[in-house]
Amino acid sequence: MSRFKHEFVEKNLGWLSILMIIAVSIGGLVEITPLLFQKQTNEPIKGLQPYTALELEGRDIYIREGCNNCHSQMIRPFRAETERYGHYSLAGEHVWEFPHLWGSKRTGPDLARVGGRYSDEWHHVHLMNPRNVVPESNMPAFPWLAENTLTGEDTAKKMEVMRTLGVPYKDEDIAGAKEAVQGETEMDALIAYLQSLGTALQQADK
Amino acid sequence: MSSFWSAWIIVLTLATLVALIWLLRWNMKNYTHIEEGQEMDHEFDGIVELNNPLPKWWTYLFWACFVWGFLYLALFPGLGNFSGLLDWKSSNQDVQSLEESRQAMEEAHEKGMIVEYDRAVRAAEEKYGPIFEAFAEQPVEELAKNEDALDVGQRLFLQNCAQCHGSNAMGGQGFPNLTDDDWLYGGEPNDIKTSLLQGRRGNMAPFGEQFSDKEINELANYVASLSGRDRDPDLIEAGKANFAVCSACHGADGKGNQQLGAPNLTDDVWLYGGSINKIEETIRYGRSGVMPAWKDILGEDKIHVISAYVYSLSNDE
Repeated sequence: MSRFKHEFVEKNLGWLSILMIIAVSIGGLVEITPLLFQKQTNEPIKGLQPYTALELEGRDIYIREGCNNCHSQMIRPFRAETERYGHYSLAGEHVWEFPHLWGSKRTGPDLARVGGRYSDEWHHVHLMNPRNVVPESNMPAFPWLAENTLTGEDTAKKMEVMRTLGVPYKDEDIAGAKEAVQGETEMDALIAYLQSLGTALQQADK
Repeated sequence: MSSFWSAWIIVLTLATLVALIWLLRWNMKNYTHIEEGQEMDHEFDGIVELNNPLPKWWTYLFWACFVWGFLYLALFPGLGNFSGLLDWKSSNQDVQSLEESRQAMEEAHEKGMIVEYDRAVRAAEEKYGPIFEAFAEQPVEELAKNEDALDVGQRLFLQNCAQCHGSNAMGGQGFPNLTDDDWLYGGEPNDIKTSLLQGRRGNMAPFGEQFSDKEINELANYVASLSGRDRDPDLIEAGKANFAVCSACHGADGKGNQQLGAPNLTDDVWLYGGSINKIEETIRYGRSGVMPAWKDILGEDKIHVISAYVYSLSNDE
């Protein structure tokens, strides 16, 4: 091996790049690749339901308005978190999320299990102007959501895409998508989405 | 994890470590045939490269990292399916329901495994469990006089209830004031507790189609007059004629019905606003108020303490 000199990789950029890529990818090969094939990360938890057409549209609004920039959807397995937010998040709850919205920063609280915690009415008031119910809140208001109406034009297409990604939508879900969404406000959709978050784990027990 | 992926992880991890050890040893050898500290025959712009060895502190750190790495992989779960000599993990990630989660916690405890999250929960249960148990044995009325319980109750209230009812528990439009001793579903300890455990669903139907605008205005004036407000007697009289429909829930005298959560209309407490405009809006479009159920989220012990806190707000001597 003493024939091989370090000078070789220093002077041949192609080889330097190839060797660097190999070195850098090992971490990913060990830590990420096996996860793509695990039961835990591929099998939904008991009772997990795909988002309804309206919830799916609400999820897109959640993404559009950048809710995930301030709200995480990932309860870590620490008691301090589970006391506040409920059972820690499980991989099996997120198998049909494309893309997942775990987030990485909490300016506002975690929303992984916000479903059912507040009434629809509360969400409405809160989204119109958060300070109407939480005076110290620094969350922006989203009043236009109540004015914008959904057409449902793309909903079926979105569901089909989700189905190709592995979400078990039935034909009738997709056929009825436009009708289910048309005429509803963006507010309705977003609230429907929020009310669905994290509820599967509790319902599985009943 | 299947044995293939387990092997994949083990082989790649160990091979990398071995390769790195080889790389380090190889780089520590002087294969240049030039003595340490001498020029390497490599010069650029007057700057020369010397054949200096790797710094000692740096190589020692590198070796220390190997020792750390192997120790870590021996003690903790890192190598595929090998769970480590300590039998440690952070949480039970392979559960699929709350029930399985509870079972996994029990099993891990019986087997003497160290599950970091479970340990924290158990430690908290040992510390706080007896306190909540002692609270649970006292009836709500008693507990409402216990300063410690009220402190705990207030914390839980601020954490979970203040979002709707406000941090002073005085509510807001659509969210009941809990301090005024005016109750939609009853203010006895059991009523409060039931509201918290199971939630409530109040529903007033819309009457916008049944009544004309004029009739709705008359009704609103009559309803306002029930609380002793000074309204036009003609409108009151006209509104009273149509109140029979309302009395099904609110009672003939307008004093409400706590079985249905129908508000008392005679006490000048207005959940959705008491202006004529707001009353008209309520009659025209109806109202629906939802108190979520908290049993599954908080559990009965905590709800017992919160009930005492809420009870104390209206029953303070």
